[in-house]
Amino acid sequence: MRNPTKVSIEGLNCPVPLTHRERIVTGHGSGGKMMQELIAKTFTSQWQNPMLNAGNDGSVISARGYARLVVSTDAHVVSPLFFPGGDIGALAVCGTVNDVAVMGAKPLYLTASFILEEGLEISTLERVVESMRAKAEEAGVQIVAGDTKVVEKGLADGLYISTTGIGLLADRCHINGWEAKPGDAVLISGTLGDHGIAVLSARGALGLETELASDVAPLNEMIADMMAVSKNIHVMRDPTRGGLATSLNEIAKQSKVGIVLEEGSIPIKPAVESASELLGFDPLYIANEGKLVAIVAEDEAEEVLQVMRSHKYGKEAARIGRVATEPQGRVLMKTLIGSHRMVDMLMGEMLPRIC
Amino acid sequence: MKYVTEFRDADLVRQTVEKIRKEVTQPWVLMEICGGQTHAIKRYGIDELLPKEIELVHGPGCPVCVTPLEQIDKALALASMPNVIFTSYGDMLRVPGSGRDLFSVRATGGDVRVVYSPLDAVKLAAKNPEKEVVFFAIGFETTAPANAMSVYQAAQLGLRNFSVLMSHVRVPPAMHAILSGEHNRVQGFLAAGHVCAVMGYWEYPPIAEQYRTPMAVTGFEPLDLLHGVLTAVRMLEKGEVGVANAYARAVTYEGNQPAQKLIQTVFMDCDRKWRGIGNIPMSGWCLRPEYAKFDAEQRFEVASIHSEESPICIAGEILQGLKKPHQCPAFGTLCTPEHPLGATMVSTEGTCAAYYQYDQQPIASGASHA
Repeated sequence: MRNPTKVSIEGLNCPVPLTHRERIVTGHGSGGKMMQELIAKTFTSQWQNPMLNAGNDGSVISARGYARLVVSTDAHVVSPLFFPGGDIGALAVCGTVNDVAVMGAKPLYLTASFILEEGLEISTLERVVESMRAKAEEAGVQIVAGDTKVVEKGLADGLYISTTGIGLLADRCHINGWEAKPGDAVLISGTLGDHGIAVLSARGALGLETELASDVAPLNEMIADMMAVSKNIHVMRDPTRGGLATSLNEIAKQSKVGIVLEEGSIPIKPAVESASELLGFDPLYIANEGKLVAIVAEDEAEEVLQVMRSHKYGKEAARIGRVATEPQGRVLMKTLIGSHRMVDMLMGEMLPRIC
Repeated sequence: MKYVTEFRDADLVRQTVEKIRKEVTQPWVLMEICGGQTHAIKRYGIDELLPKEIELVHGPGCPVCVTPLEQIDKALALASMPNVIFTSYGDMLRVPGSGRDLFSVRATGGDVRVVYSPLDAVKLAAKNPEKEVVFFAIGFETTAPANAMSVYQAAQLGLRNFSVLMSHVRVPPAMHAILSGEHNRVQGFLAAGHVCAVMGYWEYPPIAEQYRTPMAVTGFEPLDLLHGVLTAVRMLEKGEVGVANAYARAVTYEGNQPAQKLIQTVFMDCDRKWRGIGNIPMSGWCLRPEYAKFDAEQRFEVASIHSEESPICIAGEILQGLKKPHQCPAFGTLCTPEHPLGATMVSTEGTCAAYYQYDQQPIASGASHA
């Protein structure tokens, strides 16, 4: 065989970089860095105001002399519309309720806008609306305004729902993405990745069947109970798209702290772990729709954890790490085998690995 | 998780590292061939645990990284055709061709779909007889049986609307290329366990003999990797040459015979270009003449596409184990997984991506990237 390496150095090549700054690609909706870049460059830069710039799941607003409100909005697209454990209606209510609740507010009212595709069966719509009623009832919120638009067949995937939520913020509540402090405990309310894998599995694309159900749930009652026992919950987030890794990276950057996770303490269901191993996914990046990550002062962490565990949506709550001064703005994982690795944010779309 | 958790046991890991420490008396350079292993090494921080005498260099075993620009450009051309459903393994979508990637093609109206198995692409062809379904058949020996099976099944089903864009590569010719290189530093190989699960390791003893280089067939969990390192180090310290199987729970000498037979039925050896390395003689697989009608390059006349790559990044040297990712001036600053300059940054199996995602030092230097 001739020596091919001599040929190879001359053949050294590299493609032109791709920025995807000209057109929207699916990665812009992943919840990861590509989306953040789009938000910063396209939206925040134009709409500049202190509430938006804060970069939280919801904004705190107030009119002079009146109570402070939290407002949050979220558009929901999912395929299939119905999946084990939930449906698009449940997501639309719980997602927004949770975004308001993690700011420390009591969610009160929702609005809902529908984009319907021509040809959608009305009975399908009715099932979705009934599901929204049930979740709103459970969360103790009322849906007080709505809008409906219909687009031609082929221009939407069944139906899309956008919801906006309003909640009342108690006095002296300062839960915020920049409040994490070195020494705080990091708590998670349960297992990671259930929703993402349940939806993938429901698409029938995996060639494997799981009994996993989505974790979609309203968390406001559990959050209210947690806040009743501790005035020192510093940050809360619901780690949806982008997963726990992305939420914690956001917090580490906002609070200018490091977050150190213990790999062995992070709760993951065996079915999620197995599916992730097979497909080349990491559960830290998979979406959840009924999970809460809370950063709490160390001396109150145990009591808050017990409250979470006493609640039906927090039975598997666990302490998974702590806030440190280093590595500032980043998340570090102590692995099971005693080494360390960085846990970065999700980049663009999460892609299954080839082999 | 059974059969996985046991191989991540912290105590056994510590014991194995201790054994390696006891055996090693001088510096050794080992190459792990497979990108999946590079990923596992960084994910579990294996290199952090090893004694400083042992240097792991990362081989060209990421199928996404070594797929040449030319084949990507052909894929982009095929995916842009109006009547084509272009199917691919997920991580190929992000690999840039000349100015575009498959995401861009999809954003401008191309029908690009991720499949988890090439047999899903065959099903898609059977379901859509009015469309042409093309599958991007890339990979090493690991994906070859399934990719070969897709063509075999399409033939059995008499499908006329299914074809594959072939970009298959093999490990042994790459080992020859690396070991015969002027700048070769590799003293021992961790042979890729998944490749050997399919092919066995009967191809390797002559290579080990020819270049006096020991090889240890190695798996992917922390204990598997450390066991592979320990096996290779023992051979090096004793001056032994040959191939040892450190992944016996998955690999036999003969490998998976029915899979090999299927590969030989559908594919034959041919020259292949490797991105960043260039042409390696007889290093890939093409379709046999009797299956040539399933060759997308012939069916759609994209064989004439020739793409020139411009030398910006050092992906080639990284793929040959001559340099580490953080020796690249662009690493973590100009070149990130969202904006890759080179294929090594694109795939989760790519060396640069593994470094970027998991390694503390290089990330700290590249953290200013917004």
